[in-house]
Amino acid sequence: MSKLVLSNVSRTFGSVTAVDDFSLALEQGEFVSLLGPSGCGKTTTLRMIAGFLDPTRGTIEMDGEVISAPGSSLPPEKRKMSMIFQSYAIWPNMTVADNVAFGLQVRRLPRADIQARVEQILDVVQMRHLRDRYPAELSGGQQQRVALARAIVVQPAVLLLDEPLSNLDANLREEMRYEIRRLHDEFHITTVYVTHDQAEAMVTSDRIAVMNEGRVEQVDAPRALYARPRTRFVAGFIGRTNFLDGEVRDGAVVFDRFAIALEQFEEAGALSGRVSFSLRPQSIGLLRRPPAAASGSSVVRGRILQRAYLGEHWDYAVRPDESALSLRVTAPPHEVFEVGETVWLELDPRQMAHIR
Amino acid sequence: MTDVARARSLPARRLGYRRRWRHLDKSLFLWLVLIAVLAVLVINPLARLLWVSVQHADTGALTLENYAVAYGRWRYLEALVNSLVIGLSVAVVCTLFGVPMAWAVSRTDMPGKGLVWAAILGTFIVPSYLGAVAWILLAGPNAGWLNRAYMWLTGSAAGPFNIYSMPGLVLIIAAYSFPYMFVFTRSALDLISSEMEDAAQTLGAGVLRTTLRITLPLTLPAILGGVIVVFLEAIALFGAPALIALPGRFQVITTTLWQFFEFPPRVQVAAAYSMPLLAITVALFWLQRRLTARKGYVALTGKGGERRPLRLGPWRWPMLGYCLLVTSLSFFLPMVVVLQAAFAKAWGRGFALDNLTLANLRFVLVDQPLTKAATLHTFVYGGTASLIALTLALAIAYIVQRRLVPFGNALSFLAMAPFVIPGIVLAIGFYAAYTTPPLMIYGTAWILILAFATRFLPIAYANSDAAIRSINPELEDAVRILGGRRLLAIRRVVVPLLKRGLAGAFILVSIPATRELSAAIFLYTTGTQVLSVLLFDKSDEGNFEILASIGLILVVITVSLVMAGFRLVGRDFMLRRTSA
Repeated sequence: MSKLVLSNVSRTFGSVTAVDDFSLALEQGEFVSLLGPSGCGKTTTLRMIAGFLDPTRGTIEMDGEVISAPGSSLPPEKRKMSMIFQSYAIWPNMTVADNVAFGLQVRRLPRADIQARVEQILDVVQMRHLRDRYPAELSGGQQQRVALARAIVVQPAVLLLDEPLSNLDANLREEMRYEIRRLHDEFHITTVYVTHDQAEAMVTSDRIAVMNEGRVEQVDAPRALYARPRTRFVAGFIGRTNFLDGEVRDGAVVFDRFAIALEQFEEAGALSGRVSFSLRPQSIGLLRRPPAAASGSSVVRGRILQRAYLGEHWDYAVRPDESALSLRVTAPPHEVFEVGETVWLELDPRQMAHIR
Repeated sequence: MTDVARARSLPARRLGYRRRWRHLDKSLFLWLVLIAVLAVLVINPLARLLWVSVQHADTGALTLENYAVAYGRWRYLEALVNSLVIGLSVAVVCTLFGVPMAWAVSRTDMPGKGLVWAAILGTFIVPSYLGAVAWILLAGPNAGWLNRAYMWLTGSAAGPFNIYSMPGLVLIIAAYSFPYMFVFTRSALDLISSEMEDAAQTLGAGVLRTTLRITLPLTLPAILGGVIVVFLEAIALFGAPALIALPGRFQVITTTLWQFFEFPPRVQVAAAYSMPLLAITVALFWLQRRLTARKGYVALTGKGGERRPLRLGPWRWPMLGYCLLVTSLSFFLPMVVVLQAAFAKAWGRGFALDNLTLANLRFVLVDQPLTKAATLHTFVYGGTASLIALTLALAIAYIVQRRLVPFGNALSFLAMAPFVIPGIVLAIGFYAAYTTPPLMIYGTAWILILAFATRFLPIAYANSDAAIRSINPELEDAVRILGGRRLLAIRRVVVPLLKRGLAGAFILVSIPATRELSAAIFLYTTGTQVLSVLLFDKSDEGNFEILASIGLILVVITVSLVMAGFRLVGRDFMLRRTSA
């Protein structure tokens, strides 16, 4: 049985639909991210899971029991969840230890137990030496760790995180991503993580639900999401990509001034009429001369339009001969081409993701 | 994805009552009770006021007779006219007092600004009825200090001043209302940057022309707002008019209302007679809101820009002289005579060492059971009323801010409504509502406490609302998601974080509550007198040493509250939201 099931959940505010027919099931111990641009409804979804908002349609179940339904939801305090807020919401009138102990006190644990568990979790987040500080005396990263400790120490049924890293500087943010994943690997708490940052989602999550305008576009593991985006939105939102629009005609997919044989595509049977593909810049090979033998890839002649050296790689814009397309290609630093140089593009149809 | 499919196949089950009950946040009942308390506190007196005004005194039948009686005599109509004349005159005098002072303090290099500001704060601290007592000592016919000084200087047999007159009353009310004008105008002037004045001066305008053509027009909405506030203050005031107008043999609205309450009280007629006062107040506050809401004057919303004081040159000293003259009328002279009388064996014997005594204060605080009890009542009623007002205001502000009920705007309107009800009208409403069963609390301390709490609820609400706004709701969400109920979140997080702000608000409510007169005078009974009522009651006896002592005690109470506020909240706390 799934731990948490959202079935056809919708939420409207007046005439605005914030979340539209959202369905998702989380397994026990799974880490799922809700990823999308601001205003896509991810925080609204999280607040419905937490019980701060009622859905206007659909239900949310936890362990088989309905906890949210239109007009009647179990209040947040009875859900045995915990949450990390964008503002951290560390209580400024309590010390670090008091903040962390709060949830245990509410659960009426014996004093000695509380003390032991607080000490233990403060060790885990490396904050024990600051236990008697007040939040105003802590840095942003330290406050973040207190928020994590406070949320985890109660061993919640579900852990919710609402853009927890967005107020940190870039270096700290990168460090905390791994910290969050480490804590998940240690405690295996079922987790829903809201973010607009794809790298955060990729590092932390078992699965990512990409949201756009209140709807789920695709739910998949990070690798699948990147390699096999199923919609134009997902392909464009996760990483950079090239869109290739073509038409199936006479056993081939015909693009702008070049064509690739239909049988080279993996889902050849599913292709007909107008079709679109997403092809990642690093999935395109750049060759100085045409390859000797066909290798399952298609080769197209073109010219370098633009280039930029970014240290870790080259960023080229290449135009296939006579085409209006401009393809982005990334190449390792040692593959140097001049602007205007003629090149051969190696396009591998197996790496081209068919998108709706 | 199979789980989603399974979830979809389940129909949304009908919600049983048990689950609905389990899902219900039980604190809702507490909120509903508090909303009911607010509704009863504010609506009941007003509804009863309107109702009794059209009710026959004996039969209870619907009638317009009360209105016929209330407006059927020239005497009563004349009182209405008198009030309007006094209100307008006070507004003019306050403008003449307050606006130049505000300009001098805000925009010029006049010396002694600190002293002037202190004297204005001091004026806030003196209740206007005590000011009236002081002015009787200063300008009473023949015996008043100013008259005696005049006679001594000129050798004439009679002095020129008679405080028991319309001009006398206007002067007293203006002296204790102009601080509002000052504060309003000053805060508008503080927002005008020197650059705007520079712009005029680079085009060739002099200081006077710049001030009259640029600075003043920019502050006009604030000045008009001040005019409205002091006008309303003047027509709703009871203490000073009763002390001055009754011996002076003329009537105003509030003294006429008072006479309707002389035995046997004709509450129906009083209710009918109070309608114009209520209507004018509501209309003018609405107008004031419109004035300040207009966006035409961009400067008032602007900030920044360099601010340099205007150089007054040799005019600095006359300007300071004017400020000190006004504050002498309102603060320095009255305080001197009150202190003198409070510590004098006989105030007419003047400033002499052998005239000094502590007997008056001793009499008031120790010897006389009545005044001793009144001092205690003043503290207990004022404190309890402030506590009730603040608790209710905080709860309502919380309900509104956190959208716990759908009709939040109506609630905040209700909580602010007493602001536009003159104290005397509210008192008549309370009298009408609570002298008959089922809510028969007339004759107990509770009617005074609840009236004070209602009257000053808007101050508490405006402060609570601002305080709640300063708290990020996520702090409470964090408590709830960790398993704490809303009430726990309030107790452990909201209240501790608001402690200082709430202490300040408590003091801001207690200050007016400990010196309230115009509602108390209608609602007290033997055994529930407070100091302000006692001061008024004793004014008949002509024992000014005792009056001054009672007044002095009131001033000391206020000063200690203000000092506590300074200490808790900071220097500018008196200016925070004493009005909406």
